Amino acid sequence: MREPMVDIRQLWSIFQSPMGERVIHENLDLTIEAGEILSLVGGSGTGKTVLLRQILGLEQAARGEIRVLGLPVTALAKQGAAAHVGMLFQQGALFSAFTVLENIAFPLRELKVFPPSVIDEAAMIKLRMVGLDADAAHKMPSQLSGGMVKRVALARALIMDPPLLLLDEPTAGLDPESADGLCALLAAMHRDMGLTVVMVTHDLDTIFELSTRIAVLADRRVIVAGKPADVLTFEHPFVHDFFLGERGRRAVTALRKPPRPPAAFHSL
Amino acid sequence: MSATQPIHSKSHQNIATADALTPRIERRETPAGVTQQLRGRWTAADLAVPTVWSGLTHQLSDLEIGRESSPVRWDLRQLDRLDHVGAQVLWTHWGRQWPADVQADDSQRRILESVAHFSGLLPARTGTGWLARFENFGAWLLRGADHALGLTRLMGQLLLDLLRLMRRPRDGPWRDVSGHLFRIGATALPITALVGFLIGVVLAYLISRQLMQFGADAFVVNILGVSLIRELGPMLAAILIAGRSGSSITAQMGVMRVTEELDAMRVMGIARGFRLVLPRALALALAMPLISIWTTAWSLLGGMLTADLSMNVSLAFFANALPGAVEVSNLVLATAKSAVFGLLIALIACHYGLRVKPNTESLGQGTTASVVTSITVVILVDALFAVLFRNVGI
Repeated sequence: MREPMVDIRQLWSIFQSPMGERVIHENLDLTIEAGEILSLVGGSGTGKTVLLRQILGLEQAARGEIRVLGLPVTALAKQGAAAHVGMLFQQGALFSAFTVLENIAFPLRELKVFPPSVIDEAAMIKLRMVGLDADAAHKMPSQLSGGMVKRVALARALIMDPPLLLLDEPTAGLDPESADGLCALLAAMHRDMGLTVVMVTHDLDTIFELSTRIAVLADRRVIVAGKPADVLTFEHPFVHDFFLGERGRRAVTALRKPPRPPAAFHSL
Repeated sequence: MSATQPIHSKSHQNIATADALTPRIERRETPAGVTQQLRGRWTAADLAVPTVWSGLTHQLSDLEIGRESSPVRWDLRQLDRLDHVGAQVLWTHWGRQWPADVQADDSQRRILESVAHFSGLLPARTGTGWLARFENFGAWLLRGADHALGLTRLMGQLLLDLLRLMRRPRDGPWRDVSGHLFRIGATALPITALVGFLIGVVLAYLISRQLMQFGADAFVVNILGVSLIRELGPMLAAILIAGRSGSSITAQMGVMRVTEELDAMRVMGIARGFRLVLPRALALALAMPLISIWTTAWSLLGGMLTADLSMNVSLAFFANALPGAVEVSNLVLATAKSAVFGLLIALIACHYGLRVKPNTESLGQGTTASVVTSITVVILVDALFAVLFRNVGI
């Protein structure tokens, strides 16, 4: 039996605010197996992003344990998680003092082993993989559009081909075509490299196109986690509104149709 | 999904010792010919161990030199894991084409194919020849002119806003003014007092050592009085405020630019000259003379105490002799000068703040430029004052 990729046990997250304590997660349990694509859904303020940040060790839980790749997060963070976990932040979080190529190459460069030619080529591969032109390589982040920032950030998250990839709103700010391209890229990496993906998103198309499992956060815990079809039938007001509202029904109907071949960034 | 591949490593440190996972190439003689068998985990993290990397590059370059007579077979099936960096190393070694005989599973082939498809030459950076340098120099000159223009425009706008304020004083941004007065003025009192006091002590001590040689002890009052009241008090205060409040104004406005608050104000039709620049300029022009007087007072106190301790100039004598030694016009000049300094610091800080571009680097550059420029301008204008009013008060 292989160890789960991420194992969250009895997690409590409590935020101090002037009005008193606010409990975000209460006794939350979630296990993510290797090779899954898990979508985390939930209303605003249910602590989806907080959960991602805790998996990365950027935020401390009040109580409970999180193990990533069989190690407590604190131990993993000390080793430098770049080789194991890639993260796509909501706003991209590109280093504004570096060019696009330097941004993407940054984790590889920090290893201080590979010669510049190898690093540059590896960064170029990832740059073009996420659908950017080679001309973008020497631009500064401030010269990029929102969608391009997101792609560069994704390329940087993927540079080390980490086994675990965390995505915070990956398709927000992307046009539908780019969003399809992103889905195709993630699906290909999932297929070829056994990539595990945890994504926070409200984009129903992306959820149904990629997810092998959906976890719903509500009432301060994971109310249901399972295959898309199982989650849809779960009785809870949030699940009902989210998936079976006007927009949800459209996406679910689309799911029932035979899947269309996803458009790749560049046809392989 | 290729569930056959183990997906994660137990621990990073084990990699160097765990032989089974070390990326390597094993040569095998088979009836069909020589086979290069790849083993271990060909991933960026595993290749990044210095000994492993140098060993592997040597092995690969040896392979290249000692070309086999018969075509080489490549066997990737024993690989534990292959990622894009590993595939890239292999692909580069193969001379960017498929060798005649490769045995690999589907996902390995797809990774290699995507490396083949996406690898490309890095476009060259724009050159740094003489022409580029000349052009940069021109751009630098134009930028300077642009700054001068922007500052002039800001001053004109401030004048118009002041007229508007005088016509309808009740509509002025008085709450903002009082907030800035407190933050720029009141909170700066402790630090300016400390610096002023210490400068007074040091100056008085140095002067007293010189004067005692001539027995001219009493002249310490004249020297300290004129230099502190006329020059050092206003200058010290201006430099401290430029560093303290000038930078904070620039940073504040810069962040407003980054977070698009400035644009939001513009869309709502709120004049930023009237709501942002005017209150800060007014508050600084008001607070600066007061802080200057406060700094001067503390430096004089420091000077008096030191004079009392290091030579026989008592506090009472100092206080009595000071009005005779320094004309009141010096104080008037110093106060007027300070108001101008305050105005200049506010204008320069706002100017650079409004020009910040929406990224963090530009914010840092703007703040630095703001402080350096305002201190330089304060010193230049002070020199101008010294020349213009050389006949006043001395």
